[in-house]
Amino acid sequence: MTSISDKGGAGRPLLEASALTKIFGSLKACDGIDLTIGTGEIHALLGENGAGKSTLVKMLFGALQPSSGDIDWKGDTVAMANPAFARSLGIGMVFQHFSLFDALTAAENIALSLDVKTDLNTIATRAREIGQTYGLPVDPDALVGDLSVGERQRIEIIRCLLQNPDLIILDEPTSVLTPQEADLLFVTLERLRSEGKSILYISHRLEEVRRLCDRATVLRHGKVVGQCDPRKETSASLARMMVGSDIHVIERRPNDAPATQAALIEVNGLSQKPRGPFSVSLHDVRLSVKPGEILGIAGVAGNGQGELFEAISGEALQERADIVRIRGKDAGRSGISARRRLGAAFVPEERLGHGAVPDMSLTNNLLLSRYSTDGKVFLGGGLLRLLQQSSLALAAKRIVAQMDVRKSAENPDASALSGGNLQKFLIGRELDRNPSVLVVNQPTWGVDAGAAAHIRQALVDLARSGSAVIVISQDLDELFEISDRIAAMVHGRLSESVPIEAMNMERVGLMMGGADTASAHVNAGAV
Amino acid sequence: MGMFEAILLTVATAATPLLIAAMGELVVERSGVLNLGVEGMMIMGAVAGFGVAQVTGSAWLGMFAAILAGAAFSLLFGFLTLTLVTNQVATGLALTLLGLGASAMIGESFVGLPGVRMQSLYIPVLTDLPVVGKFLFGQDPIFYISILLTIGVTWFLFRTRAGLTLRAVGDNHTSAHALGVPVVRVRYLAVMFGGACAGLAGAQLSLVYVPQWVENMTSGRGWIALALVVFASWRPWRILAGAYLFGAVTIGQLHAQALGIGIPSQFMSSLPYLATIVVLVLISRNKRLTLMNTPTSLGKPFVPDR
Repeated sequence: MTSISDKGGAGRPLLEASALTKIFGSLKACDGIDLTIGTGEIHALLGENGAGKSTLVKMLFGALQPSSGDIDWKGDTVAMANPAFARSLGIGMVFQHFSLFDALTAAENIALSLDVKTDLNTIATRAREIGQTYGLPVDPDALVGDLSVGERQRIEIIRCLLQNPDLIILDEPTSVLTPQEADLLFVTLERLRSEGKSILYISHRLEEVRRLCDRATVLRHGKVVGQCDPRKETSASLARMMVGSDIHVIERRPNDAPATQAALIEVNGLSQKPRGPFSVSLHDVRLSVKPGEILGIAGVAGNGQGELFEAISGEALQERADIVRIRGKDAGRSGISARRRLGAAFVPEERLGHGAVPDMSLTNNLLLSRYSTDGKVFLGGGLLRLLQQSSLALAAKRIVAQMDVRKSAENPDASALSGGNLQKFLIGRELDRNPSVLVVNQPTWGVDAGAAAHIRQALVDLARSGSAVIVISQDLDELFEISDRIAAMVHGRLSESVPIEAMNMERVGLMMGGADTASAHVNAGAV
Repeated sequence: MGMFEAILLTVATAATPLLIAAMGELVVERSGVLNLGVEGMMIMGAVAGFGVAQVTGSAWLGMFAAILAGAAFSLLFGFLTLTLVTNQVATGLALTLLGLGASAMIGESFVGLPGVRMQSLYIPVLTDLPVVGKFLFGQDPIFYISILLTIGVTWFLFRTRAGLTLRAVGDNHTSAHALGVPVVRVRYLAVMFGGACAGLAGAQLSLVYVPQWVENMTSGRGWIALALVVFASWRPWRILAGAYLFGAVTIGQLHAQALGIGIPSQFMSSLPYLATIVVLVLISRNKRLTLMNTPTSLGKPFVPDR
C-alpha cells in the first residue's frame, strides 16, 4: 500500500467542515465537528453507534440540514440543500441500509440516481463497463429484490461511480460482506484512490481501518475526540479513543459440563419453502446443542438465518413434530408459548416491533413474552387473569439491575430506550427466567461496545450454568469471542459445526461463501 | 345489427368506466397511495358532467367539467393524507361518503331531466363493416380515450423517466427521498391523475351509459375498480382484461334476465360483486405474485426527516 496521505495536507482540501452542529430536540447529535478531507485519501470516520457518524455524513450529503456550521467544497462555502445538489458537486454516497428499490431492476435503480436523461440500455452498458473495470460484476436486468446483499452493494457502488464523483462516502460497507467479499471491496477502493478520488470511510471495524485508511477522525458523543494515522495505531489504542475507556474482555470459563448429556435443543432435517417473495427456503437444517454449550451461527445477511430463527422459535411451525425437539420433547408443531413452556427462550433480531412493542411500557413488554410461562406470578384474580402490576414492576426492576439498563423514567416505553439499553432489557427479560435453551438472533447489532460486552458475558454465563445457547450473528468477532462451536448458513443450508479451537477467519469466510463444501452436508453424526 | 355485435357494444360500454377509474387508481397505488375514495370521486364526476352538459348543452364541456371535478375532489384527499398525513384508509372512506352525499345534494334538481348524450363516432364504410364495425369505429369518444389511456399509462410507467420515479416512490419512499425525489409532489400528481380518471369514468356514466342523473348512479363501480387494481396485480393490461371480464359479467346477467332464465334477478345483479370476491380470493392465494407486484409503500404515510 503506497502512502499518499501527504496529498491531504498539501494545498486546499477537497472538503472542509467547520463547527458542524446538528440538534434533534434536546440531543446534540453532532457538536461542533471539524473535518478535513484531502484529495486522493481514504479518510476513516470512526465511532461507536450513536457517536454521530451517520448524522455527520447525512449533513455532508445534504440529506440533513446542519443547525449551525459551514461546509466548504474545494474552497467555497456551500449550502448542501439536498442530495441532488451534493451529487451535482461531485459527492457520492453508498448507504449502510441500502437505498435500493426491490421491485425495480438494477439498471432502473441506477437510472434513478442519474440526473442526466440517459436511456436504460446505455445505462446497462455503462454499468457493465464500470463493473468490469472495478471488479464489480452485475446483471443490469436482475430484479434487486432477488439479489444478495453483496450484489446490492455492488449496484450501490456502481450507481455512485457512474456519477463520476470526487468524494465517495461509504457508510459501514463491510458490515454485510463476507471477509472475502470485503477483500474484493478493498481492492476496488484502493484502485479508486490511485485514480485520485477521495473516500470517506465510516466504520467501527478497527482492523480494516488500519489496513485501508490514510487518516482517521474519531467521534464520541457527537464530538471529535481525536485525529490520527490509523496505520500508526493499534486496534486497542483506536478502540480506547472510540469508547473512551478500556473495553471489558469476555471471560470464558471452559465448558465443564459432561459431554455425554443429551442435547437440550435439536433440529432434525428442517426444510421449509420461502414464506414470502423475498424470503429464503431452508434445506435439511440439522443442529443440536448440549447443556453448557454456545453454538454460533455465522452467515451473510439473508441466507436464511431469520427463517431458521422463526422455525426454532415457533413463529413458523414445522411439518412434523420431531423436527424441532426441546429438552427431549417434540415441539415442531407447537406454537411459541408452548415452546417457551418447555423451557426455551427467544430474542429476535428486530428489537422494536418484533422483540418489543415500541409504544408499550417495559413492564407490559415483559408480560408479553412471559404471560404464558410466568402466568402464576404476573396474572392474578383466577379466571379474570388480572395484571399484577406490583410483581411486574418488581421483575422489571430485577432485570434492569441485573443487566445495567439505563433509562430515563421509572417505567418508560420501549421506544424511549436507546438500542443498546433496550437490547439489554430484552435479553435480561429472557435470562430472568433462567431458560434451558436460549436462541438469540443478532444479540448486539447496533449496540455500543460497552453494552455488547455486557450482553456477551451474560450469554456465556447462561451457557456455563448449564443451558444450551444458539447465537445467530453476522459479527464474526462476536462469534469467535463467545462460541464453543461455529456453523455457517449459506442459501438456507447450515454447514457442519466446527469447534472453536479448529476455527479461523479464513475457514469461516469460506463456509459463509459456501466454498467449504466438504463440511456443508449431513452433520448429524458430528454434533 | 346482430345480437353478437349488440352484446359486444354493451360490454364495452359497461367496461369503459371500470377501466378508466381502475387505470387512474393504478397510477395512484403505484405511487404508494391507497385512495379508497374512487366511488366518491366518480360520482362527483358524474354529477358535474351531467350538470355542465345540461346547462351548456355540450357533452364535451360536461366531460371536462367531470375531469376537473374529480381532480379537485382528489386534491382534498391529497391535502389530508399527504400534507396532514391522515390515515389513508379512513380518509378514502370519508371521501366516498362525502362524494355520495354531496352529489345527491348538488344533483337534486337534476333528477328526471333529460340528459345530453355524447355522440358516437361515425366513419362511413368503416363503421358499417359487419360484426366489428360499430365496436371498432362507431363508439363514443370516451371509449377511445379509455384505450388510449391504457396504452399511455403502460408507456408512462415502464418507458419514461417520470414513470420510473413514480414506481420508485411507491416501492420505497425513504430511499426515493434520499435520492432527492420530491416524494410528496409525485404523490400529489398521482392522486390528482387518479381523481381526474375517476371523474372521467363518472362522466361516462352520466353522459354515455345512461344520459341522466340518478342519485348513487355509480352503484359500487368505484369499489369494483379498486378491486380490479388488485385483480390486475398493478399491471395496466390486466386491468383492461379485468374490466372487460367484469363488463361481460354485468351485461351477461342483464341478458340472462331478459331471456327469462329462472334464476332470481337479485342473484344475477349480485354476480359482478360475487365475481369480484371470487377473483380476490383466487388472487390472494398466490402470495408471491401479489406481493412481488404490490407497491411496498402502499398506504404507508411518508414524513420526511429534516
